[in-house]
Amino acid sequence: MIYREAGQYKTSYQADRAVFPLRQDRIGIAVIVAAAYAAGVFGSDFLLQAVLIPFLIFSLAAIGLNILVGYAGLLSLGTGAFMGVGAYACYKLMTAFPEVNVVVWILMSGFFSAAVGVFFGLPSLRIKGFYLAVATLAAQFFLQWCFNRIPWLYNYNISGAIEAPLRTLFGVPITGATATLEARYFVVLTLVIVLTWLASNLVHGRIGRQWMAIRDMDIAAELIGIRPLHAKLMAFACSSYFVGVAGAMMVFLWYGGAEYNVFNIDQSFFILFMIIIGGLGSLIGSFMGAALIFMLPIGLGIVLPALGAPFGIAVDAATIEHLRFMIVGALIIFFLIVEPHGLARLWQIGKQKLRVWPFPY
Amino acid sequence: MDLLAQIFVEPFALMVEMPDLLVQTLWEGFVSGVLYALIALGFVLIFKASGVFNFAQGIMVVFAALTLVGFYAMGVPAFLALILAIGVMFVLAFTVERVVLRPLVNQPDIILFMATFGLTYFLIGFGELVFGGEPKVMITEELMLPTGASDFDFAGGYVRIQHLDIAAAVIASIMIATLGVFFSKTRIGRALRAVADSHKAALSVGISLNQIWVIVWFAAGIVALVTGIMWGARSDVSFALQIIALKALPVLILGGFTSIPGAIVGGLIIGIGEKLGEFYWGPVIGGGIESWFAYVIALIFLLFRPQGLFGEKIIERV
Repeated sequence: MIYREAGQYKTSYQADRAVFPLRQDRIGIAVIVAAAYAAGVFGSDFLLQAVLIPFLIFSLAAIGLNILVGYAGLLSLGTGAFMGVGAYACYKLMTAFPEVNVVVWILMSGFFSAAVGVFFGLPSLRIKGFYLAVATLAAQFFLQWCFNRIPWLYNYNISGAIEAPLRTLFGVPITGATATLEARYFVVLTLVIVLTWLASNLVHGRIGRQWMAIRDMDIAAELIGIRPLHAKLMAFACSSYFVGVAGAMMVFLWYGGAEYNVFNIDQSFFILFMIIIGGLGSLIGSFMGAALIFMLPIGLGIVLPALGAPFGIAVDAATIEHLRFMIVGALIIFFLIVEPHGLARLWQIGKQKLRVWPFPY
Repeated sequence: MDLLAQIFVEPFALMVEMPDLLVQTLWEGFVSGVLYALIALGFVLIFKASGVFNFAQGIMVVFAALTLVGFYAMGVPAFLALILAIGVMFVLAFTVERVVLRPLVNQPDIILFMATFGLTYFLIGFGELVFGGEPKVMITEELMLPTGASDFDFAGGYVRIQHLDIAAAVIASIMIATLGVFFSKTRIGRALRAVADSHKAALSVGISLNQIWVIVWFAAGIVALVTGIMWGARSDVSFALQIIALKALPVLILGGFTSIPGAIVGGLIIGIGEKLGEFYWGPVIGGGIESWFAYVIALIFLLFRPQGLFGEKIIERV
């Protein structure tokens, strides 16, 4: 009864084509955004550092990968490395030009990973499917090697790691050791909201439709005048941009520093799993998948010891990690069999049911 | 100029000056090539028979080796442990068919590929939960595999050859020959190829898809067990091995996804090319190039011959 479009009349074509045609949806989004900002003020440190900041960052990376895999249908296993390109590019820019605001550099660093992404996306014009996966694996291992073996990238640090220097925004430190969690959270949240809005516009517009046409049938897409070269490279560029920004944010606004092996292939896989479980070709699915995959170990860490305690079974961290792998693996198979469109589709079904409630039709 | 000399002159000069080192490098490359080929063979088997690109082959290698070592650690005699490990691989094949493949019949390739990702992660978690994550020593001597090494005098130096490596090459050859005959000459082999072409068509002429899948996953499991024993004997049995299994992907790109000879030739090219590259050209750009060299070879190769050396040329019609 509450969630229904009755009485909401559209008087322009623009209103009819809106991304959120229902008023309730728009209110819902506004409430979620407001709640997210409120969490920054009232949330505990654990909530911000261990849950919300990484969740938002992984969501952004998942959106990036979803553009490539879900919208353009090009499989990539090199996400971790592209995150690394963003992080290292951001580090070089931050240290070379300290006077420019760090937020500018975080956003700029995405362009470097976009360029690298386009380069490794070039083979996608000749090859498809898991052949392309090998090309992106080449990117994964080659770039990771670069982060380790090219000292210029980490400014010849003896530790071989990159560390976030102190930088401020409006006089408030947001990177480095003295930055408060709240400040970092607000920056992450704002950037993720802005970039999600950008991604939404991309996928709903002309470019997004080109990607989907290429994904669904490349030859037909070519026939109606979409240039595959253009569309595929654009997908690689946009995807790598988001992934690169997520990587820069991960290092400078979450970890505070990183080594080359942070950007390993497991990172790539987990982001891929986020979009498979969340829903390929769906922005909301990226968020849901990131939440599920990322929160799973935290949830298990809380639930399992509580379950084991009455029976005197001590559940250690290693067991939880193993169970996490098993559950993630099983969930992927489950979703592929039962609901290939992922959590996003379940969400959609739920909304549809709510719309006709209390009558089943 | 200096750099050019380092790339184009010095490595070759070194090869001529010290032929014993070159032969040693080639031998090392040959052996790891054989092992890559074995892993690739597991992929080819499943791909040929079901059109599924089985990403889980790498973890199956680890899992098989761990099962063997795990049974031995429980006090089971070595050869009984081997038989039990084969049994476990059969159970795995059967379960995978029942739980993963049967509900996904006739889905797009990429969905099946992702399903094997899920399988990989499940097996990693399961394996670590049951056997623990720490590396284990392979029971080489108990399985009556030769150990030790021989030195051969060669061109002023010597070449050291591990006995185990010779055994690995021989066993791998026998295995590949058997599988080749199995695929081309037997009734089941032909059925396997029919299934690979089209699930639907194979079903409609009365081939039991389920049975074929169990057989082929079991065969891949045995290949994985052999690979696991060989590789585990060279280093330890640990979960790090599955990264090595990712090396089978460039091997397949080179050899073609459906060709057993391709897997062997591709494996040898990658194995030898990698060792030569690492030993002679690695120092120029900082070493450790083994981690990506194979992929870059494969990537360049893909641009010119996407179907691989021995692959079937796929004709796409509009």
